[in-house]
Amino acid sequence: MSVIVIAELSKGKIKKASLEATNYAAKIASQLSTTVTAVIIAKAAEASLGDLGKAGASKVLCISNDKLASQDSQLMTKALEQAVAAESADVVVFSHDFTSKAVAPRLAAKLKAGFVPAAVGYPSIEGSAFSVKKNVFSGKAIADYVIHSTKKIIALLPNSFPVTLGEGSAEIVDFSVNLEGIESRIKVKEVKKESNELSLPEAELVVSAGRGMKGPENWGIVEDLAKSLGAATACSRPVSDIGWRPHHEHVGQTGIAIRPNLYIAIGISGAIQHLAGVNGSKTIVVINKDPEAPFFKAADYGIVGDAFEIVPKLTAAIKQFKANQH
Amino acid sequence: MKILVCISKAPDTTTKIAFKDNDTRFNEDNVQYIVNPYDEWYALVRALELKESLGGNVTIINVGPADNDAVIRKALAIGADDAVRIDADPSDAYYVAEQIAQHAKSGNYDLIMTGKETINYNGASIGAMLAELLDLPFVSLATKLEMSGNTATIEHDIDGGTEVVECTTPFVLSANKGMAEARIPNMRGIMAARTKPLTIVPVANAEVLTSIKNYQLAAGRVDCKYISADKPEELIDLLHNVAKVI
Ligand SMILES: Cc1cc2nc3c(=O)[nH]c(=O)nc-3n(C[C@H](O)[C@H](O)[C@H](O)COP(=O)(O)OP(=O)(O)OC[C@H]3O[C@@H](n4cnc5c(N)ncnc54)[C@H](O)[C@@H]3O)c2cc1C
Ligand SMILES: Nc1ncnc2c1ncn2[C@@H]1O[C@H](COP(=O)(O)O)[C@@H](O)[C@H]1O
Repeated sequence: MSVIVIAELSKGKIKKASLEATNYAAKIASQLSTTVTAVIIAKAAEASLGDLGKAGASKVLCISNDKLASQDSQLMTKALEQAVAAESADVVVFSHDFTSKAVAPRLAAKLKAGFVPAAVGYPSIEGSAFSVKKNVFSGKAIADYVIHSTKKIIALLPNSFPVTLGEGSAEIVDFSVNLEGIESRIKVKEVKKESNELSLPEAELVVSAGRGMKGPENWGIVEDLAKSLGAATACSRPVSDIGWRPHHEHVGQTGIAIRPNLYIAIGISGAIQHLAGVNGSKTIVVINKDPEAPFFKAADYGIVGDAFEIVPKLTAAIKQFKANQH
Repeated sequence: MKILVCISKAPDTTTKIAFKDNDTRFNEDNVQYIVNPYDEWYALVRALELKESLGGNVTIINVGPADNDAVIRKALAIGADDAVRIDADPSDAYYVAEQIAQHAKSGNYDLIMTGKETINYNGASIGAMLAELLDLPFVSLATKLEMSGNTATIEHDIDGGTEVVECTTPFVLSANKGMAEARIPNMRGIMAARTKPLTIVPVANAEVLTSIKNYQLAAGRVDCKYISADKPEELIDLLHNVAKVI
């Protein structure tokens, strides 16, 4: 009756969000007096799987099956269902990211498991009463969801907890799944990955800018600041709508929701729809020339002034700070 | 092409969120309701464009009480042909997906579209659940959709980038920004919407697997601390020593 966590690799390493989900699953497992089994689509020989043990898994089931290469949610669900059955698991944990948005709800429908996506807290478990908090109203509120079914699936919102790696180690085994007679109807034609860039949902530091930058040619100072910090870049919606910046950088109600440790907003007014995507950030810094900009009400630190003067100064000061640290 | 578009009702994006009855219910006083933006701007409008170029029919479906008829009429005003409302309380995602699935089973739809997520409950679940209940392929977070015969070419967001896939109908898709441009209903559409068919379907039997016990507002920030524009070192010091984020 172990707790299952679904983990993923990215560029040969276990994704940070998966380690976070494994920590989270370990906490649930200790409350239920059981252990964590991680399930991953990978070959057992994969070098980095040991990190799952350090994050709290006692066993790793490696599924390697050519039919899963395209990550078709229909086949992934059939594979994961078999892993859940083999472990007689009642609780399955995902990280609430791209893959899980396609697979976790399907698995929930298949298993008739109550599903809580975008969970932000540890579950409260008292006897058979089980509840989990999730973000609602685009981060403006939190709701406590009771799960009534025996089987439960939780998708943890990334960056909800820091990752801790201990000394543990996991038994790594192959797990073969039976997908005979099912063919994927989804054919992958082309994959376009953003090269080298930090993935925005996973980034701990984010520098974001809005219409106050006046034009795409002025983004150099934003990128320099991001580079000096090792941060990812983001933008407000109008900026991606007019094509100043790529659409995957758009954060907010209709873009992506992020919750980095640090969000620096430059020349963004702080409309409620923008805040909806960033108000989960741990610390918010706002740089705006208008002291009345609504964003200041949602900020921890504010600088009132012209971004074209402030941002280069800030970048220089950060470079100095980094140099002094060495 | 027969297309089913799932629409949900959401509070206007500028709504001030509040709760009542000991924080167990969302306070609807003075709340303006709209069609969930992803469902209307992206799923519905792309469905209408496909219908306009290829012929066919666009049906919208909503699970919810009679109060929802007003937003359903808004979606009809934009151009859907007809609507179905399943008269059930839409509180649990699995329960809602079962309701839609029961209807869709007999509908012979080539394509079923949902939005990426609702802006009130942010589940991003119903499309995938529906696909599972109907045993269909699911393409999540689609940003482009083109049809050629019964083959769809779809661009969609994946971890760290985008992917182009092909899939034959029928299938389920969740729509993200990029699929289409929002349309504003014109007077003719609004008039026509009044008489378009809206069928009310009784609740189907399904389990409710989750429920909300209570709500709380997300913790706000204490007052913003202002730093002089000439002293970036002070900000760095605060970020390093107080906030401990760099
Ligand atoms: C349904 C709906 C959904 C939406 N979803 C989103 C969403 O997901 N994300 C999103 O971002 N928006 C969203 N919006 C749009 C949102 O309402 C705002 O219009 C948008 O966020 C404003 O972008 P902005 O702050 O970049 O631009 P503006 O509002 O134009 O603000 C520019 C800011 O820059 C400042 N500025 C100008 N020059 C300088 C300078 N030299 N130095 C410093 N500061 C300067 C100005 O004082 C101003 O505050 C949505 C709107 C609706 C209706
Ligand atoms: N009550 C409902 N009736 C019909 N469709 C819905 C309903 N709730 C959600 N949907 C659809 O499912 C999508 C995802 O919703 P959710 O999983 O609740 O975030 C929405 O964008 C809608 O397209």
